[in-house]
Amino acid sequence: MAETPKSESPSRRSLIGWGGAGLALGAVAAGGAVAMTRVGEDVDPAGADTGAAVAFHGANQAGIATPVQDRLHFAAFDVKTDDRAEFVQMLKDWTAAARRMTGGHAVGDGAYGGLAEAPPDDTGEALGLKPSRLTLTIGFGPSFFEKFGLEDSRPEALVDLPQFPGDNFDKSRTGGDLCVQACADDPQVAVHAIRNLARIGFGKVAIRWSQLGFGKTSSTTPGAQTPRNLMGFKDGTRNIAGTETDRLKKFVWVGEGDVGENSAWMTGGSYLVARRIRMNIETWDRTSLQEQEDVFGRDKGEGAPVGKAKEHDAPFLKAMKPDAHVRLAHPDSNGGVTILRRGYSFTDGTDGLGRLDAGLFFLAYQRDVRKGFIPLQRRLSATDALNEYIQHVGSAVFAVPPGVRDKDDWWGSTLFSKEAKEAKES
Amino acid sequence: MRAVRLPVVTAVATAAALTAVTACTAKSDAKDGDAIQVTAADSKCTTSTKSIPAGQVTLKIENTGSKATEVEILFPDDRIVSEKENIGPGTKYTLTAEVKAGSYEIACRPGMKGHGVRQKLTVTGGSVAKRDPKLDAAVAAYREYAQSEADATIPKVETFVNAIKAGDITAAKNAYAPSRVGWETTEPIAESFGDIDPKTDTRVNDLEKGQKWTGWHALEKALWVDKKVGAEQKALADELLTDLKDWQKRVGKAEITPTSMANGAKELLDEVATGKVTGEEDRYSHTDLSDFKANVDGAEKAYELLKPVAQKNDAALTAELDKQFAAIDTLLDKYRSTSTSDGFVSYDKVTADQRKELSDAVNALAEPLSKLAAAVVK
Repeated sequence: MAETPKSESPSRRSLIGWGGAGLALGAVAAGGAVAMTRVGEDVDPAGADTGAAVAFHGANQAGIATPVQDRLHFAAFDVKTDDRAEFVQMLKDWTAAARRMTGGHAVGDGAYGGLAEAPPDDTGEALGLKPSRLTLTIGFGPSFFEKFGLEDSRPEALVDLPQFPGDNFDKSRTGGDLCVQACADDPQVAVHAIRNLARIGFGKVAIRWSQLGFGKTSSTTPGAQTPRNLMGFKDGTRNIAGTETDRLKKFVWVGEGDVGENSAWMTGGSYLVARRIRMNIETWDRTSLQEQEDVFGRDKGEGAPVGKAKEHDAPFLKAMKPDAHVRLAHPDSNGGVTILRRGYSFTDGTDGLGRLDAGLFFLAYQRDVRKGFIPLQRRLSATDALNEYIQHVGSAVFAVPPGVRDKDDWWGSTLFSKEAKEAKES
Repeated sequence: MRAVRLPVVTAVATAAALTAVTACTAKSDAKDGDAIQVTAADSKCTTSTKSIPAGQVTLKIENTGSKATEVEILFPDDRIVSEKENIGPGTKYTLTAEVKAGSYEIACRPGMKGHGVRQKLTVTGGSVAKRDPKLDAAVAAYREYAQSEADATIPKVETFVNAIKAGDITAAKNAYAPSRVGWETTEPIAESFGDIDPKTDTRVNDLEKGQKWTGWHALEKALWVDKKVGAEQKALADELLTDLKDWQKRVGKAEITPTSMANGAKELLDEVATGKVTGEEDRYSHTDLSDFKANVDGAEKAYELLKPVAQKNDAALTAELDKQFAAIDTLLDKYRSTSTSDGFVSYDKVTADQRKELSDAVNALAEPLSKLAAAVVK
């Protein structure tokens, strides 16, 4: 796939004329350069301009510590080929396409201007749109390591999630050999990215399930108001911020000493748990305000913890009901366990019974699933008052490899080290 | 059939030499001296000249054989410029046509079938559009395939029609799916005529307001759902046979180009993706898988014929197509059955997971197939 845009297929960015170009260079350290956003050749440290591009290269993949974008298209894939070389080539093709799309360019030779007899490389619906802070993040599920002779490379920390009380999974929304998380401020940019990657992948991978998310439910930007979930509450107030290098290192990024010899490829990566949590919206809406606030342990208006005035005031957990959500999920109740949440609200129409098929598509990144999501969920699934109003209906877990370092690197190169080594030697 | 009909085969750009040619079979007043004498025997076809100037050409045909014959003037890709069918033994006929400069063939088809006996005809004067003989051969071979599929379909449709007319529902059900196979292998050609497909292959939800429901699917519903065949169904059966004979006769005149062949192959996979994988095509009989197989076979035939040219231009693409055609054939073989009339498992017995697997295989094949046209014209 061509790396430079052809003259007849202008990049999305060159089509729109940048008002904000020429911003001062700034630097931010959030586990590498992932949180930096780029406008042309300049860097916008805060990512405040929602049209900007987020750097694709870095020590960690973008889309984790990156300030949370407004929209999500998440896709889980199954591998359809048993040809390792063909799969590695697809990862390289995906990387090339991801590099172009996150930069605001069309895939391959573009969406028009090519041979009239052939379908264009790019599907075209993102033409004229800004890069919209698109990030694309890849992960490998447990079942992936049964393929291509990779059995010995499955990290110990990538465990199959246990069955928790109340789980009621729809098989067609669960699992997957691979995932790609596309986040952007424009939904069309996110959907375009997944659609084009799926197209490049046909014959090698097939989409198993996918999920659209429309409203971020947590923030990784310090000081920002915590967005509300569909229950109308702020949740995840003490999330890890993209600028908190120490907490990211402690709770999110896989460190060198974390992994056994055969899974050193995960250094700089993270583990992702995805859960489709359906909310019983209608019964929740009929619940009294007092009960709603008791269930969360916060007031609905400000989002302040019980007995406090402001959202970000430190909570006094003992003032809350023993089964209040905040009390049970708080790090102080869980020996300090902290995860980075990046979930989105979803509404997939209605369920055929006149009720919204809506809820939270929960996404959490952590250094080790066994020390992150599993102990937390064990506790929540057992006693959380919220369980009366929610049900986990989809689930998946993925090992998210480290970032693509530069223009010659590709997604998964540390896992497919044999191929990466051969490429270097040739 | 598709709800939205695109005249793809005819819409594709055709070499200039193929257009602006008018053909007619009217009697001509041309002098005998300028005419080409064509003597059609049972195994021979002789012509009095091999070269003529561009303009009006007159064929003075005499059938000296023992069987009825058919004489045609053909483009290099076997599309018919002009033809006369059913010239009886011992009879004569004069055929005229307007021809531009280029290479043609005169074909006599004793018994009115098969490849026939051919003679070259060069038409001189003016510029001749450049043609690729390999691609002409591919189109000619594909046209022959389409014709043989149509020819083989008619007796199967007759079996189906006869069973309906005899009121034998079981026999009619058994004959339904086999009667569709030839049509499904070459459906883009049938659709290119525009007027046949709506009469023969329309599904109930595709009917336009005021359109009468005719064709296979109306009969399918009568057999499987209503379980009755009356006067109305018998009339529909006759109509189906008439319409399909019309199709059989017109295959030779279809405009087929290398590009339309390649895109036709892709469209056959589109048919699978939108109609068969979902179980919409044969919603009453659930014989979708034999239609599925026929669509794939037809696409594979077009691909095989274009492959020598495509391989030279894009060897990686043809390698991928070989692999994906083999994969889908292997997958479909898993659904073979000896206990059904069409040789495949009834589609209502195919689970959601299996349908997903079939759909993935269609995507895996159709995506590279969409690049075949470009590899052919490169």
